[in-house]
Formats: sequence, C-alpha cells, structure tokens
Amino acid sequence: MHLHKYEKYWLAFGVGSLIVFLLITGIMAFHNGSHPPSAKNTINYEKVDEIAPFNNPGVHKVEGKDWDYEAVVVASAFYYDPPILEVPVGAKVKFIATSKDVVHGFEVAGTNINMMLEPGYISEYVTTVDKVGEYLIVCNEYCGVGHAQMHSMLKVVEPK
Amino acid sequence: MSQALANKSKAAVNKQNIVGKVSNKVNDLMQVNRKDSKIAMAHIYVAMIALLLGGTAGLLQVLVRSGEFKLPWGIGYYQVLTVHGVLLGLILTTFFIYGFQIAAVSRTSGALSAKQRLLCWIGFWTMTTGTAMASAMVLLNEASVLYTFYAPLQAHWIFYLGLTLVVVGSWIGGLGQALRWMQWRKENKGQTSPLLSFMVVCNNLMWFVATIGVASEVLFQLLPWSLGLVERVDILLSRTLFWSFGHALVYFWLLPAYMIWYVVVPKVIGGKIFSDALSRLSFIMFVLFSVPVGLHHQLTEPGVDGSWKFLQVILTMMVVIPSLLTAFSLFATFEIRGRALGGKGVFGWLKQLPWGDARFFVPFLGMLVFIPGGAGGIVNASYQMNQLIHNTIWVTGHFHLTVATAVVLTFFGACYWLVPHLTGRTLTKEMNRLGIIQAIVWVVGMGIMSSAMHVAGLLGAPRRSAFSDYGGADIASTWVSYQIAQAVGGTLLFIGILLFLYIFVKLCWFAPKGQEEFPIAEVAPNAEKTPAILENFKLWIVILVALVLIAYSFPIFDIISNAPLGSKGYKLW
Ligand code: HEM
Ligand SMILES: [Cu+2]
Ligand SMILES: [Cu+2]
Repeated sequence: MHLHKYEKYWLAFGVGSLIVFLLITGIMAFHNGSHPPSAKNTINYEKVDEIAPFNNPGVHKVEGKDWDYEAVVVASAFYYDPPILEVPVGAKVKFIATSKDVVHGFEVAGTNINMMLEPGYISEYVTTVDKVGEYLIVCNEYCGVGHAQMHSMLKVVEPK
Repeated sequence: MSQALANKSKAAVNKQNIVGKVSNKVNDLMQVNRKDSKIAMAHIYVAMIALLLGGTAGLLQVLVRSGEFKLPWGIGYYQVLTVHGVLLGLILTTFFIYGFQIAAVSRTSGALSAKQRLLCWIGFWTMTTGTAMASAMVLLNEASVLYTFYAPLQAHWIFYLGLTLVVVGSWIGGLGQALRWMQWRKENKGQTSPLLSFMVVCNNLMWFVATIGVASEVLFQLLPWSLGLVERVDILLSRTLFWSFGHALVYFWLLPAYMIWYVVVPKVIGGKIFSDALSRLSFIMFVLFSVPVGLHHQLTEPGVDGSWKFLQVILTMMVVIPSLLTAFSLFATFEIRGRALGGKGVFGWLKQLPWGDARFFVPFLGMLVFIPGGAGGIVNASYQMNQLIHNTIWVTGHFHLTVATAVVLTFFGACYWLVPHLTGRTLTKEMNRLGIIQAIVWVVGMGIMSSAMHVAGLLGAPRRSAFSDYGGADIASTWVSYQIAQAVGGTLLFIGILLFLYIFVKLCWFAPKGQEEFPIAEVAPNAEKTPAILENFKLWIVILVALVLIAYSFPIFDIISNAPLGSKGYKLW
C-alpha cells in the first residue's frame, strides 16, 4: 500500500511518541514498581468484622515492614469505618480496605490515592503522605441513595 | 454559503440528468429504497425520543448538582441518571447508528432483499420491546443501577431481560445489514466492495464480538441471579465481562461518525476520498483493538494482576495509529479540495471550504472537538495517571466531548441530509442556517459544561454523585462553582437539543418535498487499487479472536480460580 511522504513522517512521529510513552509508563510500572492498586487477596465479605485486620479498623504503627503505618478501612453503605484516619506527615502508609456489601470507591480527593473496593477483595495501596493537611475521602463508585453522603477524612499531622 | 448552495444545486441538476439518461439500476443506487427508508426512519424516530427524554434527564442532573434545585415527587437523582445513561448512551446511539447503517448499505450495495429487510424489522422490534421493558423498570424505580448495572446492586429481572433483547435485536438487525454486503460480493466477484458498506460490516462484526461478553454476563450471571435461580454472583467476573464490551461500545459509537467523515463529508465539500485502502485499513485496526482492551477501565480494581492491565494498556494505545491515519486522510482531503478551489498559502485553502453548509460545518465541529477529547482519553488510559482521575467527573467531561459532541454533532450533521433523503424532502436554507446555529450552541454549551467537569475532576470531584457538601469539607466547597458552571452549560445544551428536534420535525413532516442527495464520495483518481486482503474478514476474525484470547484468557481464568464467596443482590436505592 502506498503512503504519502508526509503521511510517513506523520505516522513515524506518532508511532515514535507512542513507543516513548509506553516505555516510560512501562519502566515506571515494572522498574519503579508504580502499579495501580492490584492486590489479589480475597475475603469472605459477610464476615469482614471477624477477620483480621478488619476486625480492628484504624491506623496502626507496624514494625519490620516496608511501610510504617497501616490504615485499615471497612466500607459499607454508606460510611467508612473509621470516620477519621490520622497519620504523621512523611510516613509511608499502606491503605488496606474492603467492602461489606456493594462496590464502593476509596478516593482521597485531589491525590492519586484512588481505588475500587469490591466485596470479596482486599484493596491495597502503599504511598508516602508528604503534606500536612486534612484530605477528604469520598466514595466515587455509585453504591445507592446515600452515595454522595459517603465520605471520611484523612488527617496528615505533624508528628507528636 | 452561496457557494455551497450553488454547488449543491449543481449536484442536484447533475443528478437529474443522470436520472434521465441512465438505467434504473443507477437510480436505485443513488436513492435509498423506499421500503428501506421506512426501516431506517423507524430507528431514527426511536433515537429522537431517547434524545428528548435523555436530554431532559441531563438538564435535571446539572440543576440538582448545582445545589440550587431539588427533584420533586420523590424522584431519585440516580433514577434520573439511569434514564440519562441508558437512553443516551445505549438507546439513542444504537438506534441512530442502525438507522444510518441500514440506509448506508441500501444506498451503496443496493436495496435489501425481502429476507434482509425482514431481519432488520425483527431486529428493530426486538430492540424496541427491550427498550420499553428496561425503561418501564427504571421508571418504576426497580432499576436505579445506572447504565453500567454493576452487581451486586440488583435490578428487576425485567430490566436485564430488556437489555438482553436490545442486544439480541441488534444482532438480528446487524446480520440483515451484513447479508446485503455479502450478496453484493457474490454478485460482483473480484471487485472491491462499496467502502461504506464495508465499514458497516466492520462495525457490526466488532459489535457482535464485543457483545458476547456482556451477553454472557447478563444471561449466565445477572438474569438467573435476579430471578432467584442462583443466590450469588462473582462480582469481578461480571465487571470484567462488562468492560470487555464497554470499551468496544465507544468505538461502536465512533465508527459511524468516522464513516461520515471518510465517505460523506468529502463529497459534501466536492472532494474525493483520499485513499480507499487506508480507510479500510484504519477500520480494520479499530476492529482489532476494540475488544481486548477493557481492563483499562479496571485499572484501580483489586483482583487483576498489574501485568495484564499493562498489556491491555498497550493494546489500547495501538488505536493511536488508525486515529493518526484518519486525521491525516481527512485533512488531506480538505486541503486538496481547498487548493483545487484556488486556496493559496499554508492555510489559505481553509477559507475555500463551504463553512456555510451545515452538512460540512456541523460534523467538522465534531472533528475539532474530537482532538481534545482524544487527548483526554490518552490521560485516562495511562497506566498510572488514571488514578488521579478514575471515577471523577473528569471522565464525564471526557466522554461528553467524544460521544456527546464529536459523535452526536456528526449524527446531527448527517440528519440534515439523511432525514430529508429518507422522507423525500429537502433541506431548506433556513433549516441549514438553524443547523449551524444549533451546532454553535452545542459547542459553546459543551465547552462550558465539559471544561468545568474536567477541572472539578482534577480537584477530586467524584462522578455519579448528587449534590453534597461532604460534611462541609473545604475541598468540596471548591467544586460548587464548577457545578454551577455545568448547570449553565447544560442548560445551553438542552436548548440545543430542543433546537435540533425542531429542525428534525421540520425535515420529517414540513420541509418542501423534493430530492435531497445522500452524498457518497468517490476515491481520488490517482489512488491505488485496494489490496484484496483488506476485505478478507476470515483473516481478521481469526486475528481478533486470537487477540481477545491472549488478552483475556489468563485474567479470566485467574479471576475464576481465585474467586471469593460470591455476592447476594442489594437494592440500596
Ligand atoms: C442536555 C444535554 C446533556 C446534559 C446537560 C448532560 C449532563 C450530564 C451530567 C451532569 C452527567 C453526570 C452526572 C453524574 O455523574 O452525576 C452526565 C452523564 C452522562 N451523559 Fe450526559 N448530558 C447531556 C447530553 C448527553 C448526550 C447527548 C449523551 C450521549 C450521547 C450523554 C451521555 C452521558 C452518559 C453515558 C453519562 C454517564 C451516566 C453515568 O455515569 O451513569 N449525555 N450527563
Ligand atoms: Cu458510593
Ligand atoms: Cu475504554
């Protein structure tokens, strides 16, 4: 098939940018470990309250792991347990969350902490919280009438 | 304007000469068969009812979300949003596309046979019955599950059955169209088939493969579950099946717009198709890269391995190639035509194009809007950047540019010749002018609404949410002014819908009787012959199936073998 000269330039430029783009995202993903949340642990969603760590929702300091704190969250229509998460600035935090009923979202508004919570699955995301402030957590997946009222708060505070 | 009309009337005169001289067969091909016109119009009427009702829902949404308005009579926000998503995302699009495609096949391959026509009618009534069933359940508040109907929210089984009928009906009608193309191929062995019919077959093939996923979800999971035959469903499996269809759905909307850009618009401006072979090649690529990519809608979900998500991101991005081919071909056509009309300099040819002709101007605006729309799409599908905008109102802003403007304006622009062509009337000067005003209203309204959605989304505002102050949180108060802007833009859009429907009614029942051309461009005389391999659908089906298997077998196997306890149904609205 014949391609016009300019069309060849145009395609070469486009395909070139595409390759660069995919290389960058690929290196970020597989070399720097920057994958979106893709944890694969499962859970009996009807017994969430009895199963660790969800039998004790809240922020816990941990030792000997790659992260300093674990923020454990249980979502159900239409609230998050606990309603406030408090972590010290600069800490490396692993968010661990699941749902007791339908699909919910867990989005720390204005940041890239954003994951789906699905019944039966445990969602996880590790990140460093590097700015002091109060961050709104919203449910960003439709879950029923109370969906827009479903929220909680992440407080990033100066270490005591 | 005068230039355009002069061209048009010249074309009309030419056409009459042809009608006078050449055999009836040619005449048949110029004009969509009367009986086929009826089926096409039946589809388009349903689409227009969906536009009116769905647009009203859209208006209510932006008003509620501004915080200044409450829905009366206990109507729920999410009920309204389900109406909007189902009627505009699924019904308006599918019905308009089938109306257009039936006319396109009849115009370029010849009148449908009695059997093909019957299939199209059966398809139409099946889809319409399904639509009525699903709508009834939504109106009774038995199905406020939005147009993606994610389990374990559980709608009434009649809702799922209705949607199943829409899909099954689309298979029947799609087969009717494809059979006409196959008949042409049989009757014209060794020749390159009519481009527009070929494109219709591509779109229907993609649709058929894509809907297998969602049909399996509904038939094997949601229907038995909502009927109480099984207690639990696998949530992640249902979402994965849904999205194996969901992304192809957006190409199913887009490809008919591309057909109009590739085949109709060049004729409207008096130009030629840049290259038949490249047009076919880009359609084939769209078909191949439409289905094995759905995981890019599930990037932030648990239970699917990052590597599989990444593989599908790569396949998603392949669509850049046919998109660039398309952009090049279209602008080459415009430039060649502009220069032939005496345009000079780097951009002087632009001035020569028929800006006053709604049949060109309206889809052209659609093409322009597709540029920022596509750029936003690259952000969405970016493996990591997705986390910033996933399920925020940014996404809604994105697809109101792509489907609700690029595609919808192209369909509106097509109506200005298609409807009078099918109803035996003509597009008057006055309606042509209104069409141009309509498109400007749409682009301004959408510019306001969509920009406000994009910005609010970057600030974290979630999608699919009624008005809320989120317990007085500071960040939520920064979203409100953008929500008010969305209400302003959305109101303009609603006016745009009313204006369009006014033109539509005029063109159906009141415009002067006459013959309006169904413009089909010819291939540029120096273009090369189309390689036969491009029409070898057996080959493309094998590649398509292989790609789908590569991209999905392992993730689905993984999902099933690691499945947790399934979910019971919830009705939380
Ligand atoms: C009067 C014109 C329109 C207005 C004011 C409007 C407004 C809106 C708004 C505000 C939303 C988001 C609501 C939310 O997430 O809470 C929305 C969603 C949507 N709109 Fe529109 N829209 C209009 C036209 C269209 C058109 C023409 C189409 C398609 C061809 C369309 C397709 C959709 C779809 C598919 C959704 C997603 C629904 C969902 O998330 O479940 N809209 N629209
Ligand atoms: Cu929610
Ligand atoms: Cu997609």
